[in-house]
Amino acid sequence: MAQLDIDIALARRSFELVVALGLDAETIAVVGRSGAGKSSLLRTIAGLERPRRGRITLAQEVWLDTEHDVRLDPEDRRVGYVPQDYGLFPHLTVAANVRFAARRNRPDLLERLGVAHLAGARPPQLSGGERQRVALARALARGPRVLLLDEPFAALDATTRAQVRDELAQELNELELPTLLVTHSFDDACALARRIAVLDSGRLEQLGSPAELLSAPATATVAALTGANVVDATATRTAGGSIVRLEGGGELTSSTPADGPVKIAIHAWELEVTEPAASALTDRILSVRPQGGGLLIKLTRFNVQTRPQDTAIIEGSTVGLRAAPTDVRILSADTAPACDSGHLEGTATSG
Amino acid sequence: MIGDYVRARSSSAPGRIVAVVALALVVALVLGFLLVPIVALVTYQPLGGLIDELGKPVTTDAIVVSLKTNAAAMLLTIGLGTPLAYLIGRRRFRGRRFVITLIELPLAMPPAVAGIALLVAYGRLGLLGHALQVLGVDVLFTPAAVVMAITFVASPFYIRGAIAAFEAIDATLLDVAATLGAGPLRRMLRVAIPLARTGLGASAALSFARGVGEFGATILFAGSFQGVTQTLATAPYSLFDANLDQAVAIGVLLLVFSGTILLTAKFLWSWPSSISISR
Repeated sequence: MAQLDIDIALARRSFELVVALGLDAETIAVVGRSGAGKSSLLRTIAGLERPRRGRITLAQEVWLDTEHDVRLDPEDRRVGYVPQDYGLFPHLTVAANVRFAARRNRPDLLERLGVAHLAGARPPQLSGGERQRVALARALARGPRVLLLDEPFAALDATTRAQVRDELAQELNELELPTLLVTHSFDDACALARRIAVLDSGRLEQLGSPAELLSAPATATVAALTGANVVDATATRTAGGSIVRLEGGGELTSSTPADGPVKIAIHAWELEVTEPAASALTDRILSVRPQGGGLLIKLTRFNVQTRPQDTAIIEGSTVGLRAAPTDVRILSADTAPACDSGHLEGTATSG
Repeated sequence: MIGDYVRARSSSAPGRIVAVVALALVVALVLGFLLVPIVALVTYQPLGGLIDELGKPVTTDAIVVSLKTNAAAMLLTIGLGTPLAYLIGRRRFRGRRFVITLIELPLAMPPAVAGIALLVAYGRLGLLGHALQVLGVDVLFTPAAVVMAITFVASPFYIRGAIAAFEAIDATLLDVAATLGAGPLRRMLRVAIPLARTGLGASAALSFARGVGEFGATILFAGSFQGVTQTLATAPYSLFDANLDQAVAIGVLLLVFSGTILLTAKFLWSWPSSISISR
């Protein structure tokens, strides 16, 4: 049994949020498009939403059990909840915000998060990064046994974001609390969590390590979230796998046997640019820009990440593309059934 | 330039002069209509006479009665109206709109009708009059009746404004307060009320101003007996046959009071709102 066990069904306007998840003292990043139900999941755990059905337990403590009519109020669940935009009380100083949760002064917490010098300031005077740290200090002042962070970087500019992300990663490492961190950025998720839960339209599409999500995305949604090229195609089974004919022309070879309409996912770094004549798949280059030590090439249907090479890479020109058959992942064309299978009940117990 | 083009097009010089003159006339007419009675009231007697009148017992009695009854009415209004407004402002429940309409009803009611309503409700022959009499309570023509009349007529100004002030609070802040361990009472006292304070203050000021000026309901339900139920609002009416100077003096006093309250409310409303933290 994990420390925090969640199994809930919450009715939303356009879908039902159905999630079963177990966390030990680890950080799980919840990623998905906006409106996927990520914030609702956190709010339900915090006790701010009333799910239709569900059970939430923390070790031996039952927070929610609709079957037995148990429903702890938010104030009785020991959660540290940091909403989007941090929810700092604008009428209270930084010190008073933290005191609100701790019911006494906690200069040690302010010190630890590097905001002690702001104790007398009010939230509207703080920068985004400072607000984030004060909000975390306040959440920790409650003595939480679970941490819920909703888009902790949404309000930050790019530079601050990188810095705050590193600080938060270190903080979470030291805290060793079951932590759910909502983000729409796969990058942030990878930087902060060993496991990532992908939500889409209220369903848990996949739960796994960043590497697992990259190498074996369960659905097109997951593949798209990791930044992979996702293309519609038609597969025909062959001896060693299948040939996939892409919508819009061209074909690739996959090592996965499949038949009929499918979606394929290939990462940008797995595609190789060739002479057009040497490949069964061609595409036109829209733009080229340097990225890392190589180039990021945007084509009409694909993004390709590559090292500088012999083939002429000129905007507007047509090039050939190729990929190793093992990198051409075949996903079910219809993404819906995939989320009802085994990986939904992802109460895995790594940590 | 576009501005020049519009200006050139919009009016020829004579047309423009006519428009400006017409506008100035309208402004002068409206302001004059409002200002003349005020000037008349203030200049009716020399300042010395005014101060003399204000020192007479009729006036001081009315000031004392007004202060006492309005203080009691404000205590009732704020003490009971604040939790009520918080409930209505933050919860969605069946019949909510009906309750709001009920609260607003006295605003649309002529004060004299309010007085009659109070009379037939709590007067000796009223709906609850007999029951009250059995309990030995007879409010008619007592300071308590003044308090009831003022509360009935003026409290909706506070409650309605307070509902709006509570509605405007970012729900996230109250949610976060709950997750930080604050129960319903602490959320209201430590988060909602401080965040709504400017709206609450301005509404209280308006309600107080309305209460001090309350006339119709008071005179019907409580009468106007010097030192008992005669307020600054009812005194001029009782006095103006016998002593117009004194009635005018009280009028000036009320005018100064109303102006002060109005400015206070405006000041509160223009107070930089600290409710939202910009991103």
